[in-house]
Amino acid sequence: MAMTSAEAAPLLSVLDLKVHFDLRGGLLSQQRDTIKAIDGVSFDLAAGETLGVVGESGCGKSTLGRAVLQLIVPRSGQVVWMGDDLGQVGRRGMQARRAEMQIIFQDPLASLDPRMTVGDIIAEPLITHNPRMKREETRGRVRMWMERVGLTPEMVNRYPHEFSGGQAQRIGIARAMILEPKLIICDEPVSALDVSIQAQIINLLRKLQRDFGLSLIFISHDLSVVRHISNRVMVLYLGKVMEMADRDSLYAQPRHPYTRALISAVPIPDPVQERNKERIVLSGDLPSPIDPPSGCPFRTRCPVATAVCAQSMPALEAAAPGHVVACHNL
Amino acid sequence: MTVAAAAREAKPNGGSPPVLEVSNLVTRFATPEGEVCAVNDVSFAVAEGEAVGIVGESGSGKSQIFMSVMGLLASNGTASGSVRYRGAELLGLPTRLLNKIRGARMSMIFQDPMTSLNPYLKVSKQMTEVLVYHQKMGEAEALRRAVDMLDLVRIPEARRRIGMYPHEFSGGMRQRVMIAMALLCQPDLLIADEPTTALDVTVQAQIIDLLRDIKAELNTAIIMITHDLGVIAGISDRVLVMYAGRIVERGGVVDIFHDPQHPYTEGLLNSMPRIDSALVEDELISIPGQPPNLQSLPGGCSFEPRCRYRIDRCTLEAPELREIAGGRAKACHREALTPQAAVRA
Repeated sequence: MAMTSAEAAPLLSVLDLKVHFDLRGGLLSQQRDTIKAIDGVSFDLAAGETLGVVGESGCGKSTLGRAVLQLIVPRSGQVVWMGDDLGQVGRRGMQARRAEMQIIFQDPLASLDPRMTVGDIIAEPLITHNPRMKREETRGRVRMWMERVGLTPEMVNRYPHEFSGGQAQRIGIARAMILEPKLIICDEPVSALDVSIQAQIINLLRKLQRDFGLSLIFISHDLSVVRHISNRVMVLYLGKVMEMADRDSLYAQPRHPYTRALISAVPIPDPVQERNKERIVLSGDLPSPIDPPSGCPFRTRCPVATAVCAQSMPALEAAAPGHVVACHNL
Repeated sequence: MTVAAAAREAKPNGGSPPVLEVSNLVTRFATPEGEVCAVNDVSFAVAEGEAVGIVGESGSGKSQIFMSVMGLLASNGTASGSVRYRGAELLGLPTRLLNKIRGARMSMIFQDPMTSLNPYLKVSKQMTEVLVYHQKMGEAEALRRAVDMLDLVRIPEARRRIGMYPHEFSGGMRQRVMIAMALLCQPDLLIADEPTTALDVTVQAQIIDLLRDIKAELNTAIIMITHDLGVIAGISDRVLVMYAGRIVERGGVVDIFHDPQHPYTEGLLNSMPRIDSALVEDELISIPGQPPNLQSLPGGCSFEPRCRYRIDRCTLEAPELREIAGGRAKACHREALTPQAAVRA
């Protein structure tokens, strides 16, 4: 089947992205440490697709989301948005594209200005990007989006502290959606919410995605939630992609030892299965990102590591169609 | 003699009263907006060597039960009812006497180990202090016991690392230090309040394994307080489900997970995406509405506004926790939760 190039082009292409942070030593120290928070990450994202990004604390998953939005300037590599290299579009060019790519955060209350009313919070991006829009129209859109995310428009003059965590996350979603973006980066959007509210917010995100053809980058440490919402999943460890595959392929046949350990560590809410399942318990903790192990960063905790793993980082190679893995010992 | 063997010998034989017995516990807080009842008439017992899971969402009162038990309530809080440790009443006990039990016979670990450890003191000092205070041990002996405990919780190179400060440990290692400290005086009861919530999933698995081993080897009773049903499933013998300050369901762990009898328990289990499901769910079955506001609870059942099985009686009358078949109990006016019994999807 022939596809036109416009259909085939991904919405977003990230090419060999690196984000490094320099840490200053002590007052008199000349030594500079570098944290390689993202160290050579590449992926494509299609319109309407959800890419899940999983990994443990310090793996770089939040940094990746911010670097895609150019909220953090990458050290090197490219973020190509609908054909344009965002590193080259300049400040004004980036501002225009910000309307198309939005972000929601883990702690919804902390990410909302406590002194602004909910209506003003939701309207703010609209006013920033369309300063000439009539007040009546702005108000109308705010009310419409409040309804769409499950808030009653009568709450428009209330302040964030009057809302529960789940409602505050709905406010964050309305604020992100009001410009009708093409991409939303969801950075642990349900991690701070109670279980019963998590499901409401996940269902809302899915509905908005269906209705508006949204693409999502869904960053989470919760592998069950990521499985539920993603089309494809990327597994990060200390800034490097360990494995990336279609959702079903990754969960049914994880190939990287780290992915296997991660999946087997997820507690199953069923006492019989949880107590009888085979578990790979990793030894030790994540190494410090300031001083990562040589070669493959996972080798210090890896149950199948060999001498070669200390020498070089394995390349990401195709293990099956659409399924790439970085491991010397497959 | 290993620590485990020493701990076993220190235990009295069976036939004694439960390790912990909580009866009609009510915990209230005075706030500028009026009085809030965080724990409302809660009763349960924990037997020797038993693991009891307490599950509930924020504001359910699950933590405040044990802050009341340990005498750690904030200054605007008061607890009434009865809390007995091996038959001895703890509520109202002067701090001097309470200190002989808490930290020694029963101890508690929290979600964030960094807020429970003193950042200015070496781990060795913080650990030996407990033994010197509670067991009148000499410094050298206390240090030996402390190193043994760090070994027991599988901290590598315990002898060297005991001389380090808390910030020199990773999050998972800090939680191990907390568990080691809690076990120093060989308590009969370890209360763990969200002990793995701040940890990564691979580290969480290590800590759960450790707690399971402690229960098996030392016969320590464990209370696991968490919002994570997976953690509850892995470690508990029995489960208490809390909602808006009350126990709404009580039962054996398999019964609770395989055949929930309270609409809230059922709703919680339904709303979780499962990593082990054969097919990925199209849509999650969420519980509608918001978590309860303790300041303005509905007149009848607290869960009624969110319940798919509600009937008129639920708005009028709060259901008592009543015994049902199989040694279980639930606080619900409805009997079986069949699809026909649901009044909405």
